[in-house]
Amino acid sequence: MSVRVDIGHRLGDFAIEARFESAGRLTALFGPSGSGKTTLINMIAGLIRPDKGRIEVEGRALVDTDAGIFVPKHRRRIGMVFQDARLFPHMSVAGNLRYGRWFTPAKERYADMDAVVDLLGIGPLLNRRPVKLSGGEKQRVAIGRALLASPRLLLMDEPLASLDEARKAEILPYIERLRDETKIPIVYVSHSVAEVARLASDVVMLAQGKVVASGPTDAVMQRLDLLPAEERGEGGAVLDTKVLRHDEIFGMTVLVSAAGEIRVPRLAMKAGAPVRVRIRARDVMIAAEKPTGLSALNILPGTIVAIRPGEGPAVEVDIDCNGATVLARITEQSRQALELRLGGKVFAVVKTVSFDRANTGAGLPLEVDG
Amino acid sequence: MTWLVDLTPDEWNAVRLSIKVATVAMLASLPPGIAIALLLARGQFWGKTLLNGVVHLPLILPPVVTGYLLLLTFGKRGPAGAFLAEHFGIVFSFRWTGAALACGVMGFPLMVRAIRLSIEAVDRKMEAAAGTLGANPLWVFATITLPLILPGLIAGAILAFAKAMGEFGATITFVSNIPNETQTLPSAIYTFTQVPGGDEGALRLTLISVVISMAALVASEVLALRVGRQMDIE
Repeated sequence: MSVRVDIGHRLGDFAIEARFESAGRLTALFGPSGSGKTTLINMIAGLIRPDKGRIEVEGRALVDTDAGIFVPKHRRRIGMVFQDARLFPHMSVAGNLRYGRWFTPAKERYADMDAVVDLLGIGPLLNRRPVKLSGGEKQRVAIGRALLASPRLLLMDEPLASLDEARKAEILPYIERLRDETKIPIVYVSHSVAEVARLASDVVMLAQGKVVASGPTDAVMQRLDLLPAEERGEGGAVLDTKVLRHDEIFGMTVLVSAAGEIRVPRLAMKAGAPVRVRIRARDVMIAAEKPTGLSALNILPGTIVAIRPGEGPAVEVDIDCNGATVLARITEQSRQALELRLGGKVFAVVKTVSFDRANTGAGLPLEVDG
Repeated sequence: MTWLVDLTPDEWNAVRLSIKVATVAMLASLPPGIAIALLLARGQFWGKTLLNGVVHLPLILPPVVTGYLLLLTFGKRGPAGAFLAEHFGIVFSFRWTGAALACGVMGFPLMVRAIRLSIEAVDRKMEAAAGTLGANPLWVFATITLPLILPGLIAGAILAFAKAMGEFGATITFVSNIPNETQTLPSAIYTFTQVPGGDEGALRLTLISVVISMAALVASEVLALRVGRQMDIE
């Protein structure tokens, strides 16, 4: 499966020239507001007709202005989850869920009502009216409604942006399940580093209507310089890890990654479960020698592979820890004091308590083991 | 007090005819009413202001003028009247169908206004969402737009019905005042007031007129409330 986009479009003063392709499980279109990501996703859905270019999903051209192709939205079979849910107010939850199914040719229906209801945990809501649902419940129903139309591709336009932190935490695990347990590729629009780092397999980073970087999540998220200013503090390395064991005495979980063992606050996940952690660059200290008498529990040995000027007094240092890159943001003064240079052997130091729900894939509460 | 409810056959005929004329006028103007309202609410075309003006003409012209224009157009020798009579056997002049046409035309602007307002209030994002779920534009209209504008549709229909029940000037000009054919309630009341000793009959019909209009109003309120509750809009 793949999505290929190569379009040019003009909206008043704003011009989009975007070209990317992705074959990932969950591709994030990431960028600050006004970077054109929602416009792009609307073009894939067929809600906006680009001035010129080509959009292809699974080898099928949906838009090709040179060939005069424009497949209308109702024939694309691309599911869309909107930021504002857009549930039909005159139908029950069950009616909303069944809506798309009705328009899907019988032989192309792969989504099963019971399975989707179960996946999203919306069984108890079926007979309710949309107006009686909370924001998080609405969004889960909206996801279910899109899935039940058996789409070839699922688009999600900032599905968490209008929710508070508690509701976000409620929905994120369901989106992870969707990514891991279904075969539908997902394109996910977001301006949040936390969401992208946790969910995406691939990232297309946009700024002012242009693609500035694209590729696997860990590689793209290291480009702190490309992050929108208000999200820069959230940027850092993305590591894929596994749960090694739990430390019940101190309430911690030990994760194992290429860089070594990482201790984080207790996660509700079984041993062996995959966990993606994001280590914010600003949370990482650098020690020139193996530190002793230090409270921080995570000390990862590595080699400096890049030093870039950062914002203000800061420099950004990439440390290769046995193949996994950890990013640190430190001051230029510290860099000079420690005489850090390319190829230098150092230790990246991260406090356990700097990890929280926002930067560890905390999983579903149902997976708690004793 | 029995004189109040003891209607003469002619009076009964006027009541029955009025309800029939108003119902037919309302039902027949619904489809074009929805179409024109859609066009005015969503269309971008040359002559939109002109169309809007033409639709509203019956509201601002003296009813007699509207009736006379109908007579010129749909009368026996009028271009539309002659054509319809020859090809479809539909005759308007001096028939109850003509009364229904006159009432429909007079109520049309009210109906279109109500429906247009409700169409403009529909969140088009809902329709876009239905489109991404595979519904073509016709299905989107039938399953999303139509249910969402139902309250406005009911309001428009009841307004048109009420207007038809009270229509007098255009009707009497176009199809005259023939008992049992074109004599609706207002025409009958008018006739009573023109003859000595007709006060009793006029009062009876007036009361019936009030009752029917009130019933229509209450029915529309109840319907709108029920539809609204179903959608939890209140």
